[in-house]
Amino acid sequence: MQGYLYFVAKRALLMLAVIFFGVSAMFLVTYLSPIDPVEQVLGRLSARSNLSPEAIASTREALTAMFGTGQPMLTQYFNFWTRLLQGDLGASLMAFPTPAMELVMRGMPWTLGLLLSSTILTFIIGNLMGGLAGYFQNNRFFKAFGIVTMGLQPIPYYIVAFIILIIFGFLWPVLPISGGFSMDVRPGWSWTFVFSVLQHSLLPAFSLVLVGLGGWFIGMRALVSNIVTEDYVTYAELAGVKRDTIVGAYVMRNALVPQVTALAMTIGGVFSGTIITEQVFNYPGMGSLLVDAVNAGDYSTVLAVCTVSITAVAFAIFVVDLLHPLLDPRVRAE
Amino acid sequence: MFAVFRDLIRYNAEFTIGLILVGIMVIFASLSFFAPMDPTLIYMAIPDQPPSAQYWFGTNSRGQDLFWQLSAAFKNSLIFGVTVAVLSRIISITVGLAAGYLGGWVDRVLMFINDIFVSVPIFPILVLFYFVLRNSMDSFTMALILACFGWPFDARLIRSVALGLKHREFTRHAVFAGMSTRKVLLEEHLPYVMPIVFSTFMNNMLWSIGMEVTLAVLGFTNINNPTIGTVLYWANSHSAMVVGVWWWIVIPVILIVMTFLGLFLLAVSMNEYIDPRSRLRRMGA
Repeated sequence: MQGYLYFVAKRALLMLAVIFFGVSAMFLVTYLSPIDPVEQVLGRLSARSNLSPEAIASTREALTAMFGTGQPMLTQYFNFWTRLLQGDLGASLMAFPTPAMELVMRGMPWTLGLLLSSTILTFIIGNLMGGLAGYFQNNRFFKAFGIVTMGLQPIPYYIVAFIILIIFGFLWPVLPISGGFSMDVRPGWSWTFVFSVLQHSLLPAFSLVLVGLGGWFIGMRALVSNIVTEDYVTYAELAGVKRDTIVGAYVMRNALVPQVTALAMTIGGVFSGTIITEQVFNYPGMGSLLVDAVNAGDYSTVLAVCTVSITAVAFAIFVVDLLHPLLDPRVRAE
Repeated sequence: MFAVFRDLIRYNAEFTIGLILVGIMVIFASLSFFAPMDPTLIYMAIPDQPPSAQYWFGTNSRGQDLFWQLSAAFKNSLIFGVTVAVLSRIISITVGLAAGYLGGWVDRVLMFINDIFVSVPIFPILVLFYFVLRNSMDSFTMALILACFGWPFDARLIRSVALGLKHREFTRHAVFAGMSTRKVLLEEHLPYVMPIVFSTFMNNMLWSIGMEVTLAVLGFTNINNPTIGTVLYWANSHSAMVVGVWWWIVIPVILIVMTFLGLFLLAVSMNEYIDPRSRLRRMGA
């Protein structure tokens, strides 16, 4: 039990370090940049309408107070953290006066849903197929499956999503290619809404799964084909243990431990993929929000999306790491 | 060295296919040095011409000959990928060898930093960089940023090899003979990790070019510099698929898939060469 607590504490420390480092890097980038957010916003505001000089001056004052620029670096850094901990990153400019955090929280369930469902699907399918392919090495079906997934794996998320969009949008339009749910459905806990959401999430999730499968497949096949040669597997076979038990309980179970560690390491990358996929399929999550915010020059929303995504990814990695001792008893005993 | 390549080509179909694909793309990309026009100029040809004898890949809606346009784009993207790979290799070799050989608290600190870099989602940070730098974000700046984030996985791999090398006899000999730590690492240990460096080099190129494509497609780079991503960006912004200029999308996508498959096959087959067990299985032993 003590070993487990020690492990959890170590991982929690890592999570805090990731958040601290990520947010500090964000602060540094914005602080050291040659562009002043206040002037940038003013430029956008005055480009659209004629403002009197007094109005510009008072807007500049208000914006300087809002962004907290013009103070020494350490004070700004400290203020930045205080505001972050309060969950207040200022009002967004795209949808003034909605707080930026509220916009992010609106997009969050979509992104999380897409990320979670596709990650879990990819992990299960990829490892299962990879494990079976490693055990039954001469099976034609698994060989063909391996070639297809390996061929898809190196291609960037954007290209795969785009190819799927072209296939299902132009050549064979059966599934909706844009949006999170149909226009004529009212959001709520009704069957039509849930069905519509599921239907719209199919293509984005499918493209994420396609790209992700190859990595798990290759990794698991390599692990299993090494474990199969171990003495204890031969012994179990000679002792007449059922084949299902050998594959499931002896071989795959042992190969799963490094794969769960790898899962924690890939979450950051998959998150980036989710953002792109959302943009391609016009999915209403945090990725689309980020792109819109950048195009609109919305400083607070960009910062809010970045902070929340760094925190969320760090937390997700922490949760996956907690699963590790459940699979590998050695970590508990340490 | 040549014998290794000969064996790989003879016994490893994946390596041969990868080599051919990457070879074709490199030749295609280097053709742009002989391009008859500057690829950044627009309206140099009749717009929207389908592929023909005169325009092999057709022309786009901006009046550019797609053959030369894509050639320049692939040259820029490949150079970008190589830059990121070289820079991040330098970091990962240094960190990996130092952490593995020195051990102790150096190892713990370096691996802690390593874990942080693995966990931080890079895409939002890249977008943030673009957001604050805007037009000063040229491809070299981007290569530097990506190199700073592209090393941790490979550093861990190199460290695991260096850990094993540390206790080998020849290391002890070198230390007793009075070699400095720097010399031990560079002259004794570096040759052993070179195969890993080569194979991760390809993977890193895949990753960085993919990131560039992603950012450029969203318009978050210097969109006037032809790269794989910006070609697609312009195609999208002219709705190429909708107005029927399909070759503007389909040809680049085919070429991208060829490049990525080629690089990936090279990386995978080299990996296999490093692990002798799978090589023996392939040769039927």
